[in-house]
Amino acid sequence: MSTAPTALAAPPHARGAATAPPARRGRARRRRPYDEVPRWQIWVPLGLYLLFTLIPFYWMLLFALRPAGSTSLVPWPMTFEHFDKVWTERSFATFFQNSMLVGAATLVMTTGVALAGGYALARFDFRIKKVFLLGLLCSQFIPGALMLVPLFEIFRSLQMINSLGSVVIAETVFQLPLSLILISTFIKNVPYALEEAAWVDGCGRFRAFCAVVLPLLRPGLIAVGSFAFVHSWNHFLFALMFLSEQDKQTIPVGLNTLIGADSVDLGALAAGGVIAAVPVVIVFAFIQRWLITGFSAGAVKG
Amino acid sequence: MAQAVARPPGTARRRAEDRRGGSRGRGSRRLPYLLIAPAGLLMLGFIAYPMLSVFYYSLRHYNVTKPWRDGFAGLDNFTTLLTDDPLFWDSLAFSAKWVVVEVGLQLAFGLALALIVNQTFVGRAFARALVFSPWAVSGVLTTTIWMLLYNPATGVSRYLADAGIGEYGTSVLSDTGTVFWAAVLAELWRGVPFFAILILADLQSVPRDLYEAAAVDGAGRLRQFVHITLPHLRDAIILSTLLRAVWEFNNVDLLYTLTGGGPAGRTTTLPLYVANTGIHGHDFGYASALTTVAFVILLFCSILYLRLSKFGGDNR
Repeated sequence: MSTAPTALAAPPHARGAATAPPARRGRARRRRPYDEVPRWQIWVPLGLYLLFTLIPFYWMLLFALRPAGSTSLVPWPMTFEHFDKVWTERSFATFFQNSMLVGAATLVMTTGVALAGGYALARFDFRIKKVFLLGLLCSQFIPGALMLVPLFEIFRSLQMINSLGSVVIAETVFQLPLSLILISTFIKNVPYALEEAAWVDGCGRFRAFCAVVLPLLRPGLIAVGSFAFVHSWNHFLFALMFLSEQDKQTIPVGLNTLIGADSVDLGALAAGGVIAAVPVVIVFAFIQRWLITGFSAGAVKG
Repeated sequence: MAQAVARPPGTARRRAEDRRGGSRGRGSRRLPYLLIAPAGLLMLGFIAYPMLSVFYYSLRHYNVTKPWRDGFAGLDNFTTLLTDDPLFWDSLAFSAKWVVVEVGLQLAFGLALALIVNQTFVGRAFARALVFSPWAVSGVLTTTIWMLLYNPATGVSRYLADAGIGEYGTSVLSDTGTVFWAAVLAELWRGVPFFAILILADLQSVPRDLYEAAAVDGAGRLRQFVHITLPHLRDAIILSTLLRAVWEFNNVDLLYTLTGGGPAGRTTTLPLYVANTGIHGHDFGYASALTTVAFVILLFCSILYLRLSKFGGDNR
């Protein structure tokens, strides 16, 4: 029942097969059936969904770029007054810097810790492995928001309240279970024989890992690192709770202050939103082609 | 003929068995423990210990504003919660409604979207990037964006009213009748890409031959979808709905900032109720009891769901 591989080599969109009459049965057999979908059945729903996705983004840009009081539906004349105001008066410059610091530190810590642990999970059988995996699973059911009070007390006794370190640790810890599972799956997909070959050539385990496994883990590390960064950039409650001094706060907390202001300045709010969106949009544009392949590597199925 | 399209037998399992010999070689006995130690210690210190302290506090009276009552409470907190706290039941019911509606809609739209962008068409990569983009947007940023859209003075409703649809000054967030769906729509906007990405990833692994074989046997697109695509996606759908349900249950960012649980407590989920009790009400003992109950409910529902859906079952 298997078909000739040449069928797959045919140019994928060679046919707008909407008109394919039953008379051409012989060819239909060779074509991939999904190419037979009429074009309008793709473009109409996709177009509608694109509107739903993009109008909110456009709306934010519109409010951020048009002058206060304007009701025009195009951001013209364009102004940057809102950005100016948010960046300096509302201290988004400081928030941005803090968020970047927290994001970078969380990225490094999560990736490093998960790489070590993931290697152990992928390559060894050891006694507490089952217990550890069960712990990872259970931790998924713990509501992070509900851990705020005990975590606050821990950080207070460590004298880490109002230090960015507390947020870094909390973000890392809650990012770890997923990262560990992702990285160990990626390591499992690298054949063990490759490492063994390097040992035969005289490498130690660590050198073999760095030389052979690490380069092959690039997509996995990119996925885990960017999840960690995006997650900590976006997360709100830990920063809200653990950082009370204004010059320590992060972007989401700053946004929340703008939302909660007595008379909401919509232009400033929109400009703040754009500032919050820029880094994640860049990261997203960078990783999105790895996103699908990263997951199809079986990462999600564990 | 639908039987002929079952998945090829578990090659994954065989590979896992090959790997089992993995711990031989130059692994010292201590190495795995050393490697797992940083992750293990962090999680013991900052997840397990706080969780245990939540269990402990749940058995105590512990209220910063009423220090004279502090002390062992036995099951007092739990009996209050079960018998004498309508807010608990209201928030639990709202949580259930929120999770079911959100996950159901996100799955339906995510599946449809994944099937569409899995087709071959011009500009596919660009279209994928655009429709997946809200995936990276945070709860607070979602609130920001949708507050601009929902705002009664200069939001979308104003321009609709200009065009003769609806009335001026419509505020969907302060109307108890519309606030639920307004919040659902905002969360849907950023939640659909999660499902679409996961399902699309799994769609890539459906063997093309199966569709060709089915087409030769005269199965139309609908039958191909029902007999090939859906069975193949089964485990991915079960797992992603479960992960998402737990996440939607626990996540408070969006509702906390968009509605604050209001108006009139109409959108208070259980975690929001806990946050209000513990952080604003300073009643840590009672908040801990609520947390414990939420944890048990989540764990129980998850196990039940995996059992009922026979995860990883028959066609493996």
